[in-house]
Amino acid sequence: MTAQDLASTKINGHPSGDERFTAIDRTIKKFGNEKDALLEVLNSTQESFGYLSRDLLIYVSNQLNVPMSQVYGVATFYHMFTFEPLGEHNCIICQGTACHVKGADRIIQALADEFQIKAGETTPDGLFSLTTARCVGSCGLAPVVVLDGDVRGKETPDAITSRVKEIVSLSKERLAHQAEGE
Amino acid sequence: MNYKGLLELGEKELARQERYKRRIFCCTSTACLSAGAGLAHSTLRQSVDACKCDEHEAEVVQTGCMGLCNRGPLVRVESKEEDTILYGDVSPEIALQIVAKHVPLGVIDEDAEVDDFDTHITPHDIPHYRESLRRAQNRKGLERNIIPTDLPFFTKQVKVVLSQTGHINPDKLEDYLAHGGYKALAHVLIQMSPEEVCNEIVASGLRGRGGAGFPTGLKWNFVRQEENEQKFVIVNGDEGDPGAYMDRTVMEDDPHRVLEGMIISAYAVGASYGYLYIRGEYPIAIKRIRNAILAARRRGILGRSVLDSEFSFNADIRIGAGAFVCGEETALIHSIEGKRGMPRIRPPYPSTSGLWEAPTVINNVETMANVPSIINNGADWYSNIGTEKSKGTKVFALAGQLRNTGLIEVPMGIPLHEIIYDIGGGVPGEREFKAAQTGGPSGGCISKEYLDTPVDYENLSKLGSIMGSGGLVIIDDSTSMPDFARFFMDFCVDESCGKCIPCRVGTVQLRKLLDKIISGEGLPEDLEKLDNLCNLVKSTSLCGLGQSAPNPVISTLKYFRPEYEALLRSEMPIELETV
Repeated sequence: MTAQDLASTKINGHPSGDERFTAIDRTIKKFGNEKDALLEVLNSTQESFGYLSRDLLIYVSNQLNVPMSQVYGVATFYHMFTFEPLGEHNCIICQGTACHVKGADRIIQALADEFQIKAGETTPDGLFSLTTARCVGSCGLAPVVVLDGDVRGKETPDAITSRVKEIVSLSKERLAHQAEGE
Repeated sequence: MNYKGLLELGEKELARQERYKRRIFCCTSTACLSAGAGLAHSTLRQSVDACKCDEHEAEVVQTGCMGLCNRGPLVRVESKEEDTILYGDVSPEIALQIVAKHVPLGVIDEDAEVDDFDTHITPHDIPHYRESLRRAQNRKGLERNIIPTDLPFFTKQVKVVLSQTGHINPDKLEDYLAHGGYKALAHVLIQMSPEEVCNEIVASGLRGRGGAGFPTGLKWNFVRQEENEQKFVIVNGDEGDPGAYMDRTVMEDDPHRVLEGMIISAYAVGASYGYLYIRGEYPIAIKRIRNAILAARRRGILGRSVLDSEFSFNADIRIGAGAFVCGEETALIHSIEGKRGMPRIRPPYPSTSGLWEAPTVINNVETMANVPSIINNGADWYSNIGTEKSKGTKVFALAGQLRNTGLIEVPMGIPLHEIIYDIGGGVPGEREFKAAQTGGPSGGCISKEYLDTPVDYENLSKLGSIMGSGGLVIIDDSTSMPDFARFFMDFCVDESCGKCIPCRVGTVQLRKLLDKIISGEGLPEDLEKLDNLCNLVKSTSLCGLGQSAPNPVISTLKYFRPEYEALLRSEMPIELETV
């Protein structure tokens, strides 16, 4: 980074140079540094970073002048906040009522068996996370899974497992390729 | 801008729409998008453009829910010369066939300017699309995708809240205006006093659609009579019940209707600011409501002096972060204040001390969406729909083991069997109907014997269930009821906020008991324990979540007790797979 770059990040972005902080700062500014904005600020933090690390919580606490205990209390109360980064690929299994009666459990079991993780966990290589949702609201298409943001309806355990295996092995190959390159 | 200005905008839009010989509506609501409506929509647009026919041959409209979500993506072709046709399961291939069938393939003028009309494809792609369309013309079997519009699924419904979803472009204020939008607001501002508005709503008999069914007009009157300078209106869009997506659909597909209801309620109670609290899991609803707010601000529908009157009101969005308990009004208020979403003891009710201790009206999305129709058509019209104590219509998200699933709106008092067999088409395959679950984790299961019950607030609670926000999940005989009850108890254990002991500890103990029974280790006295504990949690919990958490267990114990008893003797419940 040249001196000029450094100077421009100071003016346009966050001092750390991490652009993602800009979104947080913008939200804080929008609410005029009001403490009431805590939830909104956490929402935009989660959105731009993908998870809430300890450092980020401290950052929010300092910026809003809200005690860390309160920030932590609020953050852990709501389900949408996560505290660890997700895997490269993420499969969300809907556990809504309609999906439940149409066999969502079998889908979770199939994926859990295949990758040897429980729901809510990420594989040790960081390639795949298996998560669940309360209801994604596409009940007419039950059972529903969301694979890397792509909603797939009327899913079966076999079909989704082989699809996930496919994309995970692609990522593995890519990683191996990169390692060779180095 | 005053209402006259808005009317002109609406008329202009209507005139524009009428210039088209046919309009092709493509549902882009979350359910259809999940089924691939994004691709269907872009294929429709691009191939209509590629037809290069007269500009007014066809328009592709991005619209909202048409109801039959399990056949999504849905596309409807309305034309001046032919009958309206509804297509289901529209893949990009089918979309091409639809365009090939309905839109004439015009002649390309080779010398014409390439970008002579608003186009969604590059000139480079046109030959490719035209070739595909030519091929699609010769393909057969499009009839299989036609959904007859005279199915009981459509004819048995009465649409008030959903009257415009699937007909208008939710991102276009002008389209809403062209369909009579903001007429009710203008009428209220010019011709009615706040008191008259409240009384009109009282007379209509509208009750809260969030589940509890509190009379809306009465609530408004409470807030109106408060003498406080600052008052708030909150629209509760924190729809947390699994298996329910009524509010999301209304917000996504007719956002201005929600906004109009909200502004009318603000005028009626004297509020100057309002919040729409929307679940974070609903990104499209958030986007469309945000667009609606911006459009309304631009046209003077929100802001200082609404429609050039003396009334000022502004609104903003607050995004929920996934806590079921935030559907409870005091928890929701805490959440807007940036705190943990925990409920508090009522009274004082939010109508006296709500958001930042100011008097606050909180109404569910569907409740608000009813308001413009009531003002436009009068309280008498509304109270003629429905039963003696439950007026109007109710939107249900019909899901589970049924032939037709999706979003429906029915008059209150319709018998349950009509919803399940006529609208829903019954249970598919060899399976048999077992129970109807209403109200999500706070509701109960209704068994076969009670299918004649007219659906309204009183009848459902008599059966040990609740109206709830409108989730209606049908289960067949492959589902074990104790297991189903445990599914909901799991949910409540997870979602209990932890503030009061009966709910925090009680739900965990209930689940443990259910676990014990389901694993075949239950003793006869465990059923009695289950009963007692349910009643304890129900009667001593602080908020609605805890008070209703035992409902799924109580109702399944009541109607399906033999299944529990069979487990006690460590036998399988009514042979699951071999029926």
